Parts: sequence; C-alpha cells; structure tokens
Amino acid sequence: MESTRYQKLISHIEPTEMILNMGPQHPSTHGVLRLELITDGEIVKEVIPHVGYLHRCFEKHAENLNYQQTIPFVDRLDYLASMNSSHAWVMGVEKMMGIDGDIPKRIEYIRVLVCELNRIGSHLIALGTYGIDIGAFTPFLWCFRDREHIMNMLEWASGSRMLYNYIWVGGLFYDLPVGFEERCKEFIAYFKPKMNELNELLTGNQIFISRTANVGILPLQTAVNYGCSGPMLRGSGLKWDLRRVDEYSVYPELEFEIPVGKGEMGTTGDCWDRFKVRTDEIKESVHIISQCLERLQTDLKRTTDFDPRAKLPKKIIPKAQDFYVRAENPRGELGFYFITDGKTEIPKRVKARAPSFCNLSVISEISRGVLIADMVAIIGSVDIVLGELDR
Amino acid sequence: MEKISNTALIEQISARFGEQTFEFSEPIGLLTFETSKETIIDVLTFLKTELGFNFLTDITGIHFPEAKLPIGVIYHLHNFRKNVRIRIKVFLEDEHPSIPTAFVLWRGADWMERETYDFYGVNFEGHPDLRRILNMDDMVAFPMRKEFPLEDPNRVDKKDFFFGR
Repeated sequence: MESTRYQKLISHIEPTEMILNMGPQHPSTHGVLRLELITDGEIVKEVIPHVGYLHRCFEKHAENLNYQQTIPFVDRLDYLASMNSSHAWVMGVEKMMGIDGDIPKRIEYIRVLVCELNRIGSHLIALGTYGIDIGAFTPFLWCFRDREHIMNMLEWASGSRMLYNYIWVGGLFYDLPVGFEERCKEFIAYFKPKMNELNELLTGNQIFISRTANVGILPLQTAVNYGCSGPMLRGSGLKWDLRRVDEYSVYPELEFEIPVGKGEMGTTGDCWDRFKVRTDEIKESVHIISQCLERLQTDLKRTTDFDPRAKLPKKIIPKAQDFYVRAENPRGELGFYFITDGKTEIPKRVKARAPSFCNLSVISEISRGVLIADMVAIIGSVDIVLGELDR
Repeated sequence: MEKISNTALIEQISARFGEQTFEFSEPIGLLTFETSKETIIDVLTFLKTELGFNFLTDITGIHFPEAKLPIGVIYHLHNFRKNVRIRIKVFLEDEHPSIPTAFVLWRGADWMERETYDFYGVNFEGHPDLRRILNMDDMVAFPMRKEFPLEDPNRVDKKDFFFGR
C-alpha cells in the first residue's frame, strides 16, 4: 500500500507542530465537518478536511425510487434552500419528459417566487452565522427574526417550514394560498430597510472589515481550477450566474444584476467580498420577488378554475438518454446528472453535483499559513451546507 | 463571444484523435463521446488547452453490470468563454478498474476522483491522496455498484409482520 498525501502529512509532523481537531461538533464548522489542523503555535500549517458524517446515500435511494418519490430526498440535500434544489430536479425531469414547454406561466412565476424567497432565507442564515463566527451576536438574531417571516410564508404555502416538497414534476403541490401575494408585498416593504440596517451594523463595521478583508483570498484562477461556483466564484470577480447564462425558467423575463466582488476593502476574492456578494444578492432577490408579485397580481392572476396539478404526468418514464441539468442555488451550481433506460420509472443513475462539495475542496489551498481565528472566518465565508456536501 | 457548434467540435476532436474517440452523440444538445483510458488525459489536455474547456464541472461513475466494460467514468467539462459544455465517457473492466488521474489538469479533480473511488472502486493512477471520502475508511464494499443492495437483505427487524402487513 503506497502512502497517500494524508499519511505523509501526518507522519512527517515536526516536533514543534501539533495536530488539532476542529469539529465535528465545533459550532463554527456549520454542521458535522471535521478539520484536522496541523498547527505551529497559532499558525495553521495545513488543513485536512474530513467529510461524510452526514452521508445518507442520496444517490442510492434515487436509483431505487421514482422521480416524484425522490423530491423529498432532494429537499434534504440543501436543507436551507429546499425550493431551489427541488426546482433544479423538477426542471431536469420535465426537460427529459419533453413537457418543459407546457408548464403554465403562473406556475413558473410561483416557482421563481418561492425559490427567491428561499434564497433570501438561505443567505440570511449565511450572513447571520458568519457574524456569530466573527463574534457579532446581534446580526445573527436580526437575520433569524427576518428569516422567520419567510419560513412562515413558505409554511403557509406548502405546509412545512424547511423541507417543502412543494414543486412537483409538471406543476405544484397547491396554488398559493389566497392573500399570499399581499402578505409577501408587506414583507418586502418591511424587509428592505432591515437589510440597510444589517449593512450598517455588520457589512460596513470596521471590526468586521478588519477580521475579513484580505483574509482567505481566493484568486480567480484557483477558483476555476477547483471548480468553485456561486458566490465563491463571483466573489473572486467573475460575473457568472446560471440564471443569466442558461436563462432557465422565466429568468430571462426578469430584471436583475449579478453582483461581483471588487476588492473594495482589500483584495478581490477575500472573505469580505464573498460576504458582500451575498448581501447584494439578497437585494437582487428582493427585486426579482417584486417583479414576480407584479405579474402574479396582474395578468397571471389567480382564477377559480386554475389547477396547479393539471399537467402532472400520470407515469414519469423518460426515454433512454443522458441528461445533465444545472441551476443556480444559493451556494452555486447544483447539477443533477441522469442516466435513464426508457423502460422503467426509476433512473439508472443519478448524480448530484453539489456546489458545497467543490467549494469546500479549495479550503486547504486558501488557508495555508493563516491564524486559527482566521480559519473560522474562512469556513464561514465558504458557506457550506453539510447535508448537500455529504449527500 | 461566438459559440462553437457541436459539429465544429466533433471535426476538431476527430481530426486530432481519429479512431481513438468514438460514439459521438448529442443528447439534448450536449456533445457526448467516448474514449479509452489510454487517451483520456491527452483528450482532456487538448480540450483544456486548445479548445478552452477550462472548468471541470464533474467526474462521476456508472455501473452497467451486463456490459462488457461495466464501469464507466464520466467527465463533464465546461467552456466559460463560449458557454459550451461537453461530456466524455470512458468504460473500464470491473475487476480492477483503473484510469489515469485528471488531478494534473484540475486540482478540483482531487475530491471528485476520491468520491468516484469511494463509490465505484475506480483506481485513479497517480492520484496523490486516494482515500475514501464520504464512507468510513474501513468499509470494503463499493456501495454504488449495482450488486450492492439499498438495504441489507438479511435484516430481521424490518419484516412485514412487524408492521401488520
């Protein structure tokens, strides 16, 4: 058995160095991630991430269940952004069935609306917990207070707070409840000033800037080389958003900007830039939501005979093909790769390309030689969700 | 930023590699072809350096138990400038499948190949750190292969009797 890089690292440790385990129960690892740090005093010489504590055999389950039955499993991948994950899955299955053109506009708009609400919720968690990693307690409480409104609204629509199973192949579980649009408008009016408050409190805070600017710099070349996507890639300065690049669903009809990291407080691609990209994305999502509400209250208004389950296929048997679907999740490019045989309702192979997985693999590259306290700042800025990473 | 059409890509690839790349197809517009494990690194290098496929989206595996070469390794590449994607498949025998590592081209291949090794037992030659990643280290099976059932068939606590069926 030839020795791996890991074994070499562990066996060639200097007498002055120490191996320190961070996690899997460490609060700032955002779940069950274990990092093995080789430290020299306060300096981190090498980081070895160990993942897999939350592995629940998603791909094996998906190969034994039909497409509709898998949606609850898909929700549990990225449990902070379930709507976005199931939207990607459903788009893929609809495309394979060839029914993606038959979906009514109202359903598409509702899907985008709930996805963007969920994106705000997910980013709020990222921002709030990042604050608490750095040592700011108040933004965490503020973020959770605002996210609670989103949770309540999505619970009203789908019946559950986090794992919705709301977007179905060919339609939706239910239409939006009566009064949802008005409630959502109220939330937007309430939320816009709150976001400014958060920016004043945290984003422009000098202590926060000192902790995050010029820390964990991820150059664009490295980001592309490691397969990073989402806010990690945009934070490094590349204008790359699949909602614009692939123009899926109704995103071509909506107006929004793609925020990128500019290195305002330090170097392009540092932790502050990634944080800033997320705060700006929340603003864009708010903008998208108001446009969706505008359409849903005017020409795509609710009618009494509207049935969101009308286009649901009786049996989902796509023809034999390979298909890779991808969508922009809060964390980056979520892809599902299907291989079907055209005979059964069960796919031959499903692979989930999780954005957190690729984003985390860069961590040992960007955190060589940092302080242990900066290590916490770097993990928080990557914004991983272990449910998706470990699948 | 003009797009390259799939036919132009096919021409360039087959002009360079001839018989070594085969089975070209375009399921839903995504150019797919197969190659052998001897040429895969040459093909990937050509795609990366000369055709601009700079982003490795994914490496994954597949198992077709009935086929002559049952284990497949599938690469998805992406060209940022032209927004074109491409899929490359390599099929291997299932006793001791092995293939050269793409770590030399993309550092991101590190974890993706570890995952493929973990679930399909593909040995990536030259990979610096080929350990299991999601499953526990002392596991002996490769669980995504088709002969590995979803649930242990010998379990006695999940009989229908206990659920009143």
